[in-house]
Amino acid sequence: MRILGIETSCDETGIAIYDDGEGDLPKGIVAHRLYSQIAVHADYGGVVPELASRDHVRKTIPLIKEVLKEANLTPADLDGVAYTAGPGLVGALLVGCSIGRSLAYGWGLPAVPVHHMEGHLLAPMLEENVPEFPFVALLVSGGHTMLVRVDGIGRYELLGESVDDAAGEAFDKTAKLLGLDYPGGPALSKMAEQGTKGRFKLPRPMTDRPGLNFSFSGLKTAAGTVIRKEIALQKAQGNEGMDEQTHADVAYAFQEAVVDTLAIKCRRALQQCQLKRLVIAGGVSANTSLREKLAEITKKLGGEVFYPRPEFCTDNGAMIAYAGLQRLKAGTDADLSFKATPRWPLDTLSAV
Amino acid sequence: MLANDLLSVTANLLIRNFRIKSMKEILSNKQGLLADESATIAMGKKLADIVKTQLKQGIVVYLYGDLGAGKTTLTRGFVQGMGHIGHVKSPTYTLVEPYELHDWLVYHFDLYRLSDPEELEYMGIRDYFADNCCCFIEWPEKGLGMIKAPDLRIDLAYSDEQRTINIQAKTALGELVINALS
Repeated sequence: MRILGIETSCDETGIAIYDDGEGDLPKGIVAHRLYSQIAVHADYGGVVPELASRDHVRKTIPLIKEVLKEANLTPADLDGVAYTAGPGLVGALLVGCSIGRSLAYGWGLPAVPVHHMEGHLLAPMLEENVPEFPFVALLVSGGHTMLVRVDGIGRYELLGESVDDAAGEAFDKTAKLLGLDYPGGPALSKMAEQGTKGRFKLPRPMTDRPGLNFSFSGLKTAAGTVIRKEIALQKAQGNEGMDEQTHADVAYAFQEAVVDTLAIKCRRALQQCQLKRLVIAGGVSANTSLREKLAEITKKLGGEVFYPRPEFCTDNGAMIAYAGLQRLKAGTDADLSFKATPRWPLDTLSAV
Repeated sequence: MLANDLLSVTANLLIRNFRIKSMKEILSNKQGLLADESATIAMGKKLADIVKTQLKQGIVVYLYGDLGAGKTTLTRGFVQGMGHIGHVKSPTYTLVEPYELHDWLVYHFDLYRLSDPEELEYMGIRDYFADNCCCFIEWPEKGLGMIKAPDLRIDLAYSDEQRTINIQAKTALGELVINALS
Protein backbone atom coordinates (compact mmCIF):
# COMPACT_ATOMS: atom_id res chain seq x y z
CA MET A 1 0.00 0.00 0.00
CA ARG A 2 1.09 3.56 -0.51
CA ILE A 3 -0.16 6.83 0.86
CA LEU A 4 0.24 10.54 0.33
CA GLY A 5 1.14 12.53 3.47
CA ILE A 6 0.43 16.24 3.92
CA GLU A 7 1.89 18.31 6.79
CA THR A 8 0.87 21.98 7.26
CA SER A 9 0.58 22.38 11.03
CA CYS A 10 3.00 25.28 11.45
CA ASP A 11 5.42 27.03 9.13
CA GLU A 12 6.64 24.19 6.91
CA THR A 13 4.75 22.57 4.07
CA GLY A 14 5.77 18.90 3.88
CA ILE A 15 4.53 16.42 1.27
CA ALA A 16 5.60 12.78 0.88
CA ILE A 17 4.56 9.41 -0.48
CA TYR A 18 5.30 6.33 1.64
CA ASP A 19 5.13 2.72 0.47
CA ASP A 20 4.95 -0.29 2.80
CA GLY A 21 6.90 -2.44 0.34
CA GLU A 22 4.19 -5.04 -0.05
CA GLY A 23 3.57 -4.20 -3.71
CA ASP A 24 5.92 -3.58 -6.61
CA LEU A 25 7.86 -0.75 -4.92
CA PRO A 26 10.47 -1.13 -2.18
CA LYS A 27 9.53 -0.20 1.38
CA GLY A 28 10.14 3.39 2.36
CA ILE A 29 9.70 6.99 1.27
CA VAL A 30 9.06 7.08 -2.50
CA ALA A 31 9.41 10.85 -2.75
CA HIS A 32 9.22 13.83 -0.45
CA ARG A 33 9.36 17.61 -0.60
CA LEU A 34 9.62 20.28 2.04
CA TYR A 35 9.05 23.97 1.75
CA SER A 36 10.12 26.01 4.76
CA GLN A 37 8.62 29.43 5.37
CA ILE A 38 11.35 30.45 7.79
CA ALA A 39 12.80 32.95 5.33
CA VAL A 40 9.34 34.47 4.79
CA HIS A 41 8.79 34.94 8.51
CA ALA A 42 12.33 36.15 9.15
CA ASP A 43 11.52 39.22 7.05
CA TYR A 44 8.83 40.05 9.59
CA GLY A 45 10.91 39.15 12.64
CA GLY A 46 8.30 36.79 13.97
CA VAL A 47 5.64 34.25 13.16
CA VAL A 48 2.75 35.38 11.01
CA PRO A 49 -0.05 32.84 11.38
CA GLU A 50 -2.18 34.26 8.58
CA LEU A 51 0.78 34.47 6.23
CA ALA A 52 1.63 30.87 7.14
CA SER A 53 -1.83 29.73 6.07
CA ARG A 54 -1.67 31.64 2.80
CA ASP A 55 1.75 30.25 2.05
CA HIS A 56 0.45 26.72 2.65
CA VAL A 57 -2.40 27.44 0.23
CA ARG A 58 0.16 28.50 -2.37
CA LYS A 59 2.59 25.63 -1.88
CA THR A 60 0.61 22.50 -1.03
CA ILE A 61 -0.88 21.61 -4.45
CA PRO A 62 2.30 22.34 -6.48
CA LEU A 63 4.33 20.26 -4.02
CA ILE A 64 1.86 17.36 -4.29
CA LYS A 65 2.21 17.51 -8.09
CA GLU A 66 6.00 17.56 -7.81
CA VAL A 67 6.06 14.61 -5.43
CA LEU A 68 3.74 12.53 -7.68
CA LYS A 69 5.90 13.39 -10.67
CA GLU A 70 9.14 12.51 -8.91
CA ALA A 71 7.62 9.22 -7.73
CA ASN A 72 6.37 8.59 -11.27
CA LEU A 73 2.93 7.83 -9.88
CA THR A 74 -0.62 9.02 -10.50
CA PRO A 75 -3.38 9.44 -7.92
CA ALA A 76 -4.74 6.07 -9.10
CA ASP A 77 -1.61 4.43 -7.67
CA LEU A 78 -2.38 5.68 -4.15
CA ASP A 79 -4.37 3.90 -1.44
CA GLY A 80 -5.09 6.84 0.80
CA VAL A 81 -4.43 10.45 1.73
CA ALA A 82 -3.10 11.36 5.19
CA TYR A 83 -2.96 14.89 6.58
CA THR A 84 -2.02 16.50 9.90
CA ALA A 85 -5.26 17.35 11.71
CA GLY A 86 -3.62 18.74 14.88
CA PRO A 87 -2.16 20.00 17.10
CA GLY A 88 -0.88 23.24 15.59
CA LEU A 89 -1.94 26.64 14.29
CA VAL A 90 -5.60 26.35 13.36
CA GLY A 91 -5.42 28.30 10.09
CA ALA A 92 -2.38 26.37 8.92
CA LEU A 93 -3.95 23.02 9.87
CA LEU A 94 -7.15 23.85 8.01
CA VAL A 95 -5.24 24.18 4.73
CA GLY A 96 -3.82 20.65 4.90
CA CYS A 97 -7.09 19.20 6.23
CA SER A 98 -9.26 20.73 3.55
CA ILE A 99 -6.89 19.91 0.69
CA GLY A 100 -6.22 16.40 1.99
CA ARG A 101 -9.87 15.57 2.68
CA SER A 102 -11.00 16.98 -0.68
CA LEU A 103 -8.34 15.14 -2.67
CA ALA A 104 -9.26 11.88 -0.98
CA TYR A 105 -12.91 12.48 -1.86
CA GLY A 106 -12.09 13.46 -5.44
CA TRP A 107 -9.81 10.48 -5.94
CA GLY A 108 -12.19 8.09 -4.20
CA LEU A 109 -9.66 7.19 -1.48
CA PRO A 110 -9.85 6.88 2.30
CA ALA A 111 -8.86 10.02 4.22
CA VAL A 112 -6.64 9.69 7.29
CA PRO A 113 -6.31 12.53 9.83
CA VAL A 114 -2.96 12.24 11.65
CA HIS A 115 -1.78 13.55 15.03
CA HIS A 116 1.32 15.67 14.43
CA MET A 117 3.16 14.39 17.52
CA GLU A 118 2.41 10.77 16.60
CA GLY A 119 4.14 11.56 13.31
CA HIS A 120 7.23 12.79 15.20
CA LEU A 121 7.16 9.77 17.53
CA LEU A 122 7.16 7.36 14.61
CA ALA A 123 9.66 9.26 12.44
CA PRO A 124 12.57 6.96 13.46
CA MET A 125 10.59 4.12 11.79
CA LEU A 126 11.59 5.66 8.47
CA GLU A 127 15.24 4.76 9.10
CA GLU A 128 17.10 1.50 8.48
CA ASN A 129 17.67 0.87 12.15
CA VAL A 130 14.11 0.72 13.46
CA PRO A 131 13.41 0.64 17.22
CA GLU A 132 11.20 -2.20 18.41
CA PHE A 133 8.23 -1.52 20.69
CA PRO A 134 8.13 -0.76 23.56
CA PHE A 135 10.42 2.27 23.88
CA VAL A 136 10.65 5.63 25.60
CA ALA A 137 10.44 8.68 23.35
CA LEU A 138 11.67 12.18 24.09
CA LEU A 139 9.93 14.79 21.92
CA VAL A 140 11.74 18.11 21.99
CA SER A 141 10.93 21.12 19.85
CA GLY A 142 10.09 24.80 20.08
CA GLY A 143 6.55 24.02 21.11
CA HIS A 144 6.87 20.72 23.00
CA THR A 145 8.99 18.86 25.52
CA MET A 146 7.57 15.49 26.54
CA LEU A 147 8.55 11.99 27.54
CA VAL A 148 6.25 9.27 26.28
CA ARG A 149 6.19 5.54 26.79
CA VAL A 150 5.33 3.90 23.47
CA ASP A 151 3.99 0.35 23.55
CA GLY A 152 2.72 0.31 20.00
CA ILE A 153 1.06 2.57 17.49
CA GLY A 154 -1.53 4.63 19.34
CA ARG A 155 -0.48 3.16 22.69
CA TYR A 156 1.11 6.16 24.32
CA GLU A 157 1.53 6.99 27.96
CA LEU A 158 2.64 10.51 28.84
CA LEU A 159 5.43 10.15 31.41
CA GLY A 160 6.31 13.80 31.78
CA GLU A 161 6.24 17.16 30.04
CA SER A 162 7.35 20.74 30.48
CA VAL A 163 5.29 22.64 33.02
CA ASP A 164 6.20 25.97 31.44
CA ASP A 165 8.54 26.69 28.50
CA ALA A 166 9.46 24.04 25.93
CA ALA A 167 13.19 23.27 25.64
CA GLY A 168 13.41 24.81 22.17
CA GLU A 169 11.64 27.91 23.41
CA ALA A 170 14.14 28.28 26.28
CA PHE A 171 16.93 28.02 23.67
CA ASP A 172 15.33 30.76 21.57
CA LYS A 173 14.70 33.07 24.53
CA THR A 174 18.16 32.67 26.03
CA ALA A 175 19.58 33.33 22.57
CA LYS A 176 17.63 36.57 22.61
CA LEU A 177 19.17 37.47 25.98
CA LEU A 178 22.57 36.87 24.35
CA GLY A 179 21.66 39.32 21.61
CA LEU A 180 20.90 36.77 18.88
CA ASP A 181 18.01 37.22 16.47
CA TYR A 182 14.83 35.29 17.18
CA PRO A 183 14.57 32.29 16.82
CA GLY A 184 18.21 31.92 17.78
CA GLY A 185 18.38 28.41 19.29
CA PRO A 186 20.65 26.92 16.59
CA ALA A 187 22.83 30.07 16.65
CA LEU A 188 23.22 29.68 20.43
CA SER A 189 24.42 26.09 19.93
CA LYS A 190 26.95 27.33 17.41
CA MET A 191 28.12 29.99 19.86
CA ALA A 192 28.46 27.35 22.59
CA GLU A 193 31.05 25.48 20.50
CA GLN A 194 33.55 28.22 21.42
CA GLY A 195 32.55 28.21 25.09
CA THR A 196 34.66 27.21 28.08
CA LYS A 197 33.43 24.36 30.22
CA GLY A 198 33.02 25.19 33.89
CA ARG A 199 33.20 28.98 33.85
CA PHE A 200 29.49 29.32 34.58
CA LYS A 201 27.25 26.78 36.23
CA LEU A 202 23.50 26.91 35.72
CA PRO A 203 20.90 24.81 37.58
CA ARG A 204 19.44 21.53 36.29
CA PRO A 205 15.79 22.35 36.99
CA MET A 206 13.59 19.74 38.67
CA THR A 207 16.26 17.03 38.63
CA ASP A 208 16.62 17.11 42.42
CA ARG A 209 13.11 15.77 42.96
CA PRO A 210 11.29 12.70 41.70
CA GLY A 211 9.16 12.82 38.60
CA LEU A 212 9.60 13.25 34.90
CA ASN A 213 8.30 16.76 34.31
CA PHE A 214 10.53 19.52 33.00
CA SER A 215 10.74 23.23 33.73
CA PHE A 216 12.88 25.44 31.53
CA SER A 217 11.54 28.87 32.40
CA GLY A 218 13.73 29.16 35.51
CA LEU A 219 16.83 28.15 33.54
CA LYS A 220 16.25 31.01 31.13
CA THR A 221 15.92 33.34 34.14
CA ALA A 222 19.13 31.97 35.68
CA ALA A 223 20.98 32.60 32.41
CA GLY A 224 19.52 36.12 32.40
CA THR A 225 20.83 36.72 35.92
CA VAL A 226 24.35 35.61 34.95
CA ILE A 227 24.27 37.87 31.88
CA ARG A 228 23.13 40.89 33.88
CA LYS A 229 25.80 40.34 36.54
CA GLU A 230 28.51 39.97 33.90
CA ILE A 231 27.43 43.12 32.09
CA ALA A 232 27.45 45.07 35.38
CA LEU A 233 30.90 43.68 36.19
CA GLN A 234 32.28 44.63 32.78
CA LYS A 235 30.80 48.11 32.99
CA ALA A 236 32.34 48.61 36.44
CA GLN A 237 35.70 47.89 34.81
CA GLY A 238 35.04 50.51 32.16
CA ASN A 239 34.18 48.05 29.38
CA GLU A 240 31.14 48.39 27.15
CA GLY A 241 29.59 45.04 27.96
CA MET A 242 30.19 41.33 27.74
CA ASP A 243 33.00 40.19 25.44
CA GLU A 244 32.62 37.49 22.83
CA GLN A 245 34.16 34.77 24.99
CA THR A 246 31.76 35.48 27.85
CA HIS A 247 28.82 35.22 25.44
CA ALA A 248 30.12 31.83 24.31
CA ASP A 249 30.71 30.69 27.90
CA VAL A 250 27.14 31.55 28.92
CA ALA A 251 25.83 29.78 25.80
CA TYR A 252 27.92 26.75 26.71
CA ALA A 253 26.65 26.67 30.30
CA PHE A 254 23.05 27.02 29.13
CA GLN A 255 23.23 24.28 26.52
CA GLU A 256 25.03 22.01 28.97
CA ALA A 257 22.29 22.56 31.55
CA VAL A 258 19.48 21.80 29.06
CA VAL A 259 21.22 18.71 27.70
CA ASP A 260 22.03 17.41 31.18
CA THR A 261 18.47 17.98 32.36
CA LEU A 262 17.00 16.17 29.36
CA ALA A 263 19.50 13.34 29.78
CA ILE A 264 18.83 12.92 33.52
CA LYS A 265 15.08 12.68 32.85
CA CYS A 266 15.55 10.27 29.94
CA ARG A 267 17.67 7.99 32.11
CA ARG A 268 15.09 8.17 34.86
CA ALA A 269 12.27 7.37 32.40
CA LEU A 270 14.14 4.36 30.99
CA GLN A 271 14.83 3.04 34.49
CA GLN A 272 11.27 3.64 35.64
CA CYS A 273 9.83 1.81 32.60
CA GLN A 274 12.59 -0.81 32.71
CA LEU A 275 13.28 -0.20 29.05
CA LYS A 276 16.51 0.20 27.13
CA ARG A 277 15.41 1.79 23.88
CA LEU A 278 15.20 5.56 23.65
CA VAL A 279 13.82 7.49 20.66
CA ILE A 280 14.36 11.21 20.24
CA ALA A 281 12.50 13.39 17.77
CA GLY A 282 11.50 17.01 17.17
CA GLY A 283 13.60 20.01 16.14
CA VAL A 284 15.89 20.04 19.19
CA SER A 285 16.74 16.35 18.62
CA ALA A 286 19.04 17.53 15.82
CA ASN A 287 21.28 19.12 18.50
CA THR A 288 24.67 17.35 18.33
CA SER A 289 25.51 17.84 22.00
CA LEU A 290 22.16 16.27 23.01
CA ARG A 291 22.68 13.29 20.70
CA GLU A 292 26.15 12.63 22.11
CA LYS A 293 24.94 12.83 25.69
CA LEU A 294 21.97 10.52 25.09
CA ALA A 295 24.18 8.02 23.26
CA GLU A 296 26.43 8.03 26.34
CA ILE A 297 23.68 7.43 28.90
CA THR A 298 21.90 4.73 26.89
CA LYS A 299 25.21 2.96 26.35
CA LYS A 300 25.81 2.92 30.10
CA LEU A 301 22.36 1.36 30.55
CA GLY A 302 23.16 -1.23 27.92
CA GLY A 303 20.59 0.29 25.57
CA GLU A 304 20.43 2.25 22.37
CA VAL A 305 19.24 5.63 21.17
CA PHE A 306 17.31 6.02 17.90
CA TYR A 307 16.64 9.19 15.97
CA PRO A 308 15.43 10.22 12.55
CA ARG A 309 17.81 11.73 10.00
CA PRO A 310 18.11 15.51 10.50
CA GLU A 311 15.59 16.40 7.77
CA PHE A 312 12.92 14.27 9.49
CA CYS A 313 13.64 15.75 12.95
CA THR A 314 11.79 18.92 12.06
CA ASP A 315 8.29 18.97 10.57
CA ASN A 316 7.93 16.94 7.38
CA GLY A 317 5.40 15.06 5.25
CA ALA A 318 7.19 11.70 5.45
CA MET A 319 6.33 11.11 9.10
CA ILE A 320 2.69 11.99 8.43
CA ALA A 321 2.57 9.56 5.50
CA TYR A 322 4.12 6.82 7.66
CA ALA A 323 1.80 7.37 10.64
CA GLY A 324 -1.14 7.72 8.22
CA LEU A 325 -0.41 4.38 6.59
CA GLN A 326 -0.43 2.60 9.95
CA ARG A 327 -3.81 4.15 10.70
CA LEU A 328 -5.12 3.39 7.19
CA LYS A 329 -4.23 -0.26 7.64
CA ALA A 330 -6.21 -0.22 10.89
CA GLY A 331 -9.25 0.91 8.91
CA THR A 332 -9.30 4.68 9.42
CA ASP A 333 -11.43 6.55 6.89
CA ALA A 334 -12.57 9.94 8.12
CA ASP A 335 -16.04 11.14 7.23
CA LEU A 336 -16.51 14.11 4.94
CA SER A 337 -16.82 16.73 7.68
CA PHE A 338 -13.15 17.35 8.35
CA LYS A 339 -11.93 19.35 11.29
CA ALA A 340 -8.67 20.79 12.58
CA THR A 341 -7.85 20.17 16.26
CA PRO A 342 -5.36 22.79 17.54
CA ARG A 343 -5.21 21.12 20.99
CA TRP A 344 -5.19 17.34 20.96
CA PRO A 345 -3.66 15.32 23.83
CA LEU A 346 -1.47 12.50 22.49
CA ASP A 347 -2.74 9.93 24.98
CA THR A 348 -6.33 10.19 23.68
CA LEU A 349 -5.45 8.42 20.41
CA SER A 350 -6.85 4.98 19.75
CA ALA A 351 -4.51 1.99 19.69
CA VAL A 352 -3.84 0.18 16.43
CA MET B 1 -42.81 67.30 41.39
CA LEU B 2 -40.94 69.69 39.21
CA ALA B 3 -38.72 70.73 42.06
CA ASN B 4 -38.10 67.12 42.86
CA ASP B 5 -37.18 66.38 39.26
CA LEU B 6 -34.86 69.34 39.18
CA LEU B 7 -33.31 68.21 42.36
CA SER B 8 -32.70 64.73 41.08
CA VAL B 9 -31.28 66.07 37.80
CA THR B 10 -28.95 68.32 39.72
CA ALA B 11 -28.00 65.49 42.01
CA ASN B 12 -27.32 63.27 39.02
CA LEU B 13 -25.22 65.96 37.41
CA LEU B 14 -23.32 66.41 40.62
CA ILE B 15 -22.74 62.72 40.93
CA ARG B 16 -21.63 62.50 37.33
CA ASN B 17 -19.27 65.42 37.80
CA PHE B 18 -17.97 63.86 40.89
CA ARG B 19 -17.44 60.60 39.04
CA ILE B 20 -15.62 62.29 36.21
CA LYS B 21 -13.51 64.20 38.67
CA SER B 22 -12.79 61.10 40.69
CA MET B 23 -12.01 59.16 37.51
CA LYS B 24 -9.23 61.61 36.86
CA GLU B 25 -7.93 61.37 40.35
CA ILE B 26 -8.16 57.65 40.86
CA LEU B 27 -5.53 56.01 38.66
CA SER B 28 -3.54 54.93 41.66
CA ASN B 29 -0.39 52.94 41.85
CA LYS B 30 0.78 50.17 44.05
CA GLN B 31 4.38 49.03 44.38
CA GLY B 32 5.95 46.12 46.10
CA LEU B 33 8.79 43.66 46.28
CA LEU B 34 8.35 39.99 45.39
CA ALA B 35 10.95 37.93 47.24
CA ASP B 36 10.84 34.87 45.00
CA GLU B 37 8.80 32.84 42.54
CA SER B 38 6.28 31.75 45.14
CA ALA B 39 5.67 35.40 46.09
CA THR B 40 4.95 36.18 42.43
CA ILE B 41 2.49 33.28 42.26
CA ALA B 42 0.86 34.42 45.52
CA MET B 43 0.37 37.89 44.02
CA GLY B 44 -1.36 36.35 40.99
CA LYS B 45 -3.63 34.33 43.27
CA LYS B 46 -4.50 37.44 45.27
CA LEU B 47 -5.62 39.17 42.07
CA ALA B 48 -7.73 36.12 41.21
CA ASP B 49 -9.42 36.18 44.61
CA ILE B 50 -10.37 39.82 44.13
CA VAL B 51 -11.78 39.18 40.65
CA LYS B 52 -13.75 36.13 41.82
CA THR B 53 -15.21 37.66 44.95
CA GLN B 54 -15.61 41.34 44.11
CA LEU B 55 -16.01 41.79 40.36
CA LYS B 56 -18.86 40.95 38.05
CA GLN B 57 -16.78 41.27 34.92
CA GLY B 58 -13.30 40.24 33.85
CA ILE B 59 -10.25 42.45 33.76
CA VAL B 60 -7.71 43.18 31.06
CA VAL B 61 -4.13 43.26 32.34
CA TYR B 62 -1.09 44.37 30.37
CA LEU B 63 2.14 42.82 31.62
CA TYR B 64 5.50 44.50 31.08
CA GLY B 65 8.96 43.20 31.95
CA ASP B 66 12.08 41.62 30.47
CA LEU B 67 12.39 37.95 29.61
CA GLY B 68 12.40 36.06 32.91
CA ALA B 69 10.95 38.92 34.97
CA GLY B 70 7.96 36.80 36.00
CA LYS B 71 5.09 37.70 33.62
CA THR B 72 4.14 34.07 33.00
CA THR B 73 4.69 33.19 36.67
CA LEU B 74 2.31 35.93 37.82
CA THR B 75 -0.26 34.76 35.27
CA ARG B 76 0.20 31.17 36.45
CA GLY B 77 -0.77 32.30 39.97
CA PHE B 78 -3.81 34.09 38.59
CA VAL B 79 -5.00 31.19 36.42
CA GLN B 80 -4.55 28.71 39.26
CA GLY B 81 -6.24 31.14 41.66
CA MET B 82 -9.23 31.20 39.31
CA GLY B 83 -9.53 27.45 39.76
CA HIS B 84 -7.37 25.87 37.10
CA ILE B 85 -5.74 22.62 38.14
CA GLY B 86 -2.71 21.65 36.13
CA HIS B 87 0.10 23.31 34.26
CA VAL B 88 0.10 26.84 32.94
CA LYS B 89 2.45 26.69 30.00
CA SER B 90 4.09 29.52 28.21
CA PRO B 91 1.86 30.67 25.33
CA THR B 92 4.84 31.95 23.33
CA TYR B 93 4.40 29.42 20.52
CA THR B 94 0.62 29.42 20.44
CA LEU B 95 0.15 33.19 21.07
CA VAL B 96 -2.79 32.45 23.38
CA GLU B 97 -3.72 29.73 25.88
CA PRO B 98 -7.39 29.60 26.91
CA TYR B 99 -8.65 28.37 30.29
CA GLU B 100 -12.35 27.68 30.83
CA LEU B 101 -12.98 27.94 34.56
CA HIS B 102 -16.49 27.72 35.96
CA ASP B 103 -18.12 31.08 35.17
CA TRP B 104 -14.93 32.62 33.85
CA LEU B 105 -12.77 32.42 30.80
CA VAL B 106 -9.13 33.34 31.22
CA TYR B 107 -6.93 34.05 28.21
CA HIS B 108 -3.18 34.17 28.58
CA PHE B 109 -1.62 35.97 25.64
CA ASP B 110 2.03 36.26 24.70
CA LEU B 111 2.42 38.53 21.71
CA TYR B 112 6.23 38.27 21.70
CA ARG B 113 6.35 36.48 18.36
CA LEU B 114 3.70 38.63 16.71
CA SER B 115 5.03 40.70 13.84
CA ASP B 116 1.99 42.83 13.03
CA PRO B 117 -0.96 43.72 15.28
CA GLU B 118 -3.27 43.13 12.30
CA GLU B 119 -2.55 39.41 12.64
CA LEU B 120 -4.76 39.48 15.73
CA GLU B 121 -7.78 40.32 13.61
CA TYR B 122 -7.38 37.01 11.77
CA MET B 123 -7.16 35.22 15.12
CA GLY B 124 -10.59 36.60 16.01
CA ILE B 125 -9.13 38.79 18.75
CA ARG B 126 -12.38 40.69 19.35
CA ASP B 127 -14.06 37.56 20.68
CA TYR B 128 -11.53 37.35 23.48
CA PHE B 129 -12.65 40.51 25.24
CA ALA B 130 -16.17 39.56 26.40
CA ASP B 131 -17.40 40.53 29.89
CA ASN B 132 -16.74 37.18 31.53
CA CYS B 133 -13.20 37.02 30.14
CA CYS B 134 -9.99 37.93 31.92
CA CYS B 135 -7.12 38.67 29.58
CA PHE B 136 -3.50 38.69 30.76
CA ILE B 137 -1.37 39.99 27.94
CA GLU B 138 2.42 39.72 27.75
CA TRP B 139 4.22 42.02 25.30
CA PRO B 140 1.04 44.09 24.71
CA GLU B 141 3.06 46.68 22.79
CA LYS B 142 3.14 44.21 19.88
CA GLY B 143 -0.64 44.23 19.62
CA LEU B 144 -1.48 47.88 20.22
CA GLY B 145 -4.48 49.10 18.30
CA MET B 146 -6.03 45.63 18.15
CA ILE B 147 -6.36 44.76 21.82
CA LYS B 148 -8.71 46.22 24.41
CA ALA B 149 -7.35 48.96 26.68
CA PRO B 150 -6.12 47.64 30.04
CA ASP B 151 -7.79 47.92 33.43
CA LEU B 152 -4.42 47.30 35.05
CA ARG B 153 -0.87 47.77 33.92
CA ILE B 154 1.66 45.62 35.77
CA ASP B 155 5.40 46.16 35.47
CA LEU B 156 7.81 43.54 36.71
CA ALA B 157 11.52 44.22 36.98
CA TYR B 158 14.62 42.47 38.21
CA SER B 159 16.06 43.49 41.55
CA ASP B 160 18.84 40.90 41.85
CA GLU B 161 17.10 37.63 42.74
CA GLN B 162 13.94 39.48 43.74
CA ARG B 163 11.41 41.30 41.59
CA THR B 164 9.80 44.69 41.94
CA ILE B 165 6.16 44.93 40.96
CA ASN B 166 4.28 48.08 40.06
CA ILE B 167 0.54 47.84 39.58
CA GLN B 168 -1.22 50.77 38.01
CA ALA B 169 -4.97 51.26 37.63
CA LYS B 170 -6.07 52.37 34.19
CA THR B 171 -9.87 52.28 34.68
CA ALA B 172 -12.38 52.44 37.52
CA LEU B 173 -12.46 48.65 37.46
CA GLY B 174 -8.71 48.56 37.85
CA GLU B 175 -8.99 50.99 40.74
CA LEU B 176 -11.41 48.63 42.47
CA VAL B 177 -8.83 45.87 42.21
CA ILE B 178 -6.01 48.03 43.53
CA ASN B 179 -8.07 49.21 46.50
CA ALA B 180 -8.96 45.64 47.33
CA LEU B 181 -5.29 44.70 47.29
CA SER B 182 -4.50 46.51 50.51
